[in-house]
Amino acid sequence: MTAIAEHGPGLAAGSAVTMAGALNQALSDALSEDDSVLVFGEDVGTLGGVFRITDGLANSFGPTRVFDTPLSESGIVGTAIGMAMNGLRPVVEMQFDAFAYPAFEQITSHLAKLRNRTRGRVELPIVVRIPYGGGIGGVEHHCDSSEAYYTHTPGLRVVTPGTPADAYVLLRQAISSPDPVIFLEPKRRYWSKEMVSDHGGVAMDRALVRRPGTDVTLIAYGGALATALEAAEAAAEDGRSAEVIDLRSLSPFDDETVTASVKRTGRAIVVHEASRFCGYGAEVAARLSEQCFHYLEAPILRVAGFDIPYPPPSLEEYHLPSVDRILDAIDALQWQETAALVKVAG
Amino acid sequence: MTIPMTPELLLPPANPITLVDAAGRAVPGDGLGLPGDDVLATLYRMMVLGRRFDTQATALTKQGRLAVYPSARGQEACQIGSILALRPQDWLFPTYRDSMAVTARGVDPVQVLTLLRGDWHSGYDPYQHRVAPQCTPLATNTLHAVGLARAASIKGEDTVALVMLGDGATSEGDTHAALNFAAVWKTPVVFLIQNNGYAISVPLAKQTAAPSLAHKGIGYGIPATVVDGNDAAAVYAVVRRAVTSAAAGAGPVLIEALTYRVEAHTNADDATRYRSEEEVVGWRARDPVKRLREHLRDRGLLDEAAIATVDAEAEAQAAVLRQRMTADTRHDPDDLFRYVYAEPTPELRRQQRELAAELGRAQGGRGAR
Repeated sequence: MTAIAEHGPGLAAGSAVTMAGALNQALSDALSEDDSVLVFGEDVGTLGGVFRITDGLANSFGPTRVFDTPLSESGIVGTAIGMAMNGLRPVVEMQFDAFAYPAFEQITSHLAKLRNRTRGRVELPIVVRIPYGGGIGGVEHHCDSSEAYYTHTPGLRVVTPGTPADAYVLLRQAISSPDPVIFLEPKRRYWSKEMVSDHGGVAMDRALVRRPGTDVTLIAYGGALATALEAAEAAAEDGRSAEVIDLRSLSPFDDETVTASVKRTGRAIVVHEASRFCGYGAEVAARLSEQCFHYLEAPILRVAGFDIPYPPPSLEEYHLPSVDRILDAIDALQWQETAALVKVAG
Repeated sequence: MTIPMTPELLLPPANPITLVDAAGRAVPGDGLGLPGDDVLATLYRMMVLGRRFDTQATALTKQGRLAVYPSARGQEACQIGSILALRPQDWLFPTYRDSMAVTARGVDPVQVLTLLRGDWHSGYDPYQHRVAPQCTPLATNTLHAVGLARAASIKGEDTVALVMLGDGATSEGDTHAALNFAAVWKTPVVFLIQNNGYAISVPLAKQTAAPSLAHKGIGYGIPATVVDGNDAAAVYAVVRRAVTSAAAGAGPVLIEALTYRVEAHTNADDATRYRSEEEVVGWRARDPVKRLREHLRDRGLLDEAAIATVDAEAEAQAAVLRQRMTADTRHDPDDLFRYVYAEPTPELRRQQRELAAELGRAQGGRGAR
């Protein structure tokens, strides 16, 4: 996997950047460095995308490299597959999470499988960018957390940045990847700002410890990362030291980093916006019980969205995992039982 | 030569283009000349070889050597006429029913049958003969063809993509998207609809209310034509004209070839449940191989000796195929993990070891557990 160091010019260290700006810069740098990179989708040309992620790119790189397509998500992904078969590296945009579903067949039956079907002869280095998740007051069909549909599909890599600087790094890595990548952009964090600092050459498929801690591991990604960090800060005031892991790569899953943390802390909570039932957290919890059972002091908990269709804007605050809900989950991790056992043993 | 694009000219002709009629006589067809004698001879030879390959494949299902085979018997003129019209630099995007076309393009028949034998999903290297893997999900290959041809245009390559689809596939959303993208982008793609009358059991009348499938072209701004799909000379000439036009930068062309699937959908299908024997008999009388044979014989371009030579070649080829398909193939369980990603993930390596351990135990018998 390509390290960040190989991707210049990158973001200027010490400057403040939004996630939208970082993604734009990553696309721009990739287009500059590699003639085979193309950016296309709905409204990504003249308009610069409904979230302005592709702002200015059509002007800078011309209509052959950056262009609007007719309105068909299946058409966008299907033609990207043909282009990649002919040596190009398409980076395509699905306008919103739920609007990507018409492309589902092309993604699951072809994008994910063509390498395997042809014994590695056909490589599809395609990035499908999908703004996902809620928290922006979006009306129905604009706020889905669709990650589990993709992580359940072998052959795809699925990544999601939690911070602006990492959005740059991950997108560059995704574009360089020889495998198809579903790149999920937490749209509620598009306009969050961050001072850029180098986190070293971490590979695309590795998780990062965003905040070290000793008592409990909070496992989060994408839009929920900031919430988990906030909860960790609040927990510290209560005297509980929470370690926060940013998964970055949802598929493959970085067992090594996550299990190392949970073996140290003995407690784990997975936080995500998506519905709980068969959600991504279920896989994380299952893997941790398989690999860390004897280190666990309490059941692994999930703080997730309810098992409901994404609610209308006026009600979404009740649905999204909040700092309080994470703190409540931390409180529920059988601290008294452990303390009692320690006392008995002592 | 490009195909003009005024609204009137986008409409298909009232009658399908025919160059050699059912009785084997040459007839004038929409300004298209009859292909040269050598082309006609090759069309005939390739159709005979293709048909023999097809019947051999069906026979292999009965011997349990193939899991399933969707026959293209009756569609030889489409399968061979279109392939001979392609240039080496062009690409073919076939479906599961186009094995005959894929072999005609030069792909090793054993590699073609890998999918249906159940040994792997696609058995050939798509880049060797510029043939995409045979596509099972309907119409999805139309978009791949448009993308590949679009990339060719971007890179300045002189490449046309020919995509095959059936009448049923024209109802799928991807066909609509592909026709639209191709037209908007002026992509060098030729869409060849082999209208064989049925989507498994569903007749065309339940598939569309359009006057013809070719009529769909005008809605996208794509010139369309209808060709007698049992006339190899006409299919060749029409596809050739389309390829030339697309290569010259005039954009996509839509061709509807009227033909008939003489066999059932696959060996697992029972066609008597949805169509009459009279109908099948009627179409058998319009046999594309026989038609060209009559034509060539009437013109003195084919004698009994030449016919026998081609038949013998087809028999020999079938015998080789039969023999090669009898050889048992070796299957490596490690292949399951090898090609999912460029590099197997740590989890896949773990699962691969898990399977290897399981197989090791199985070999050691119960006691090895």
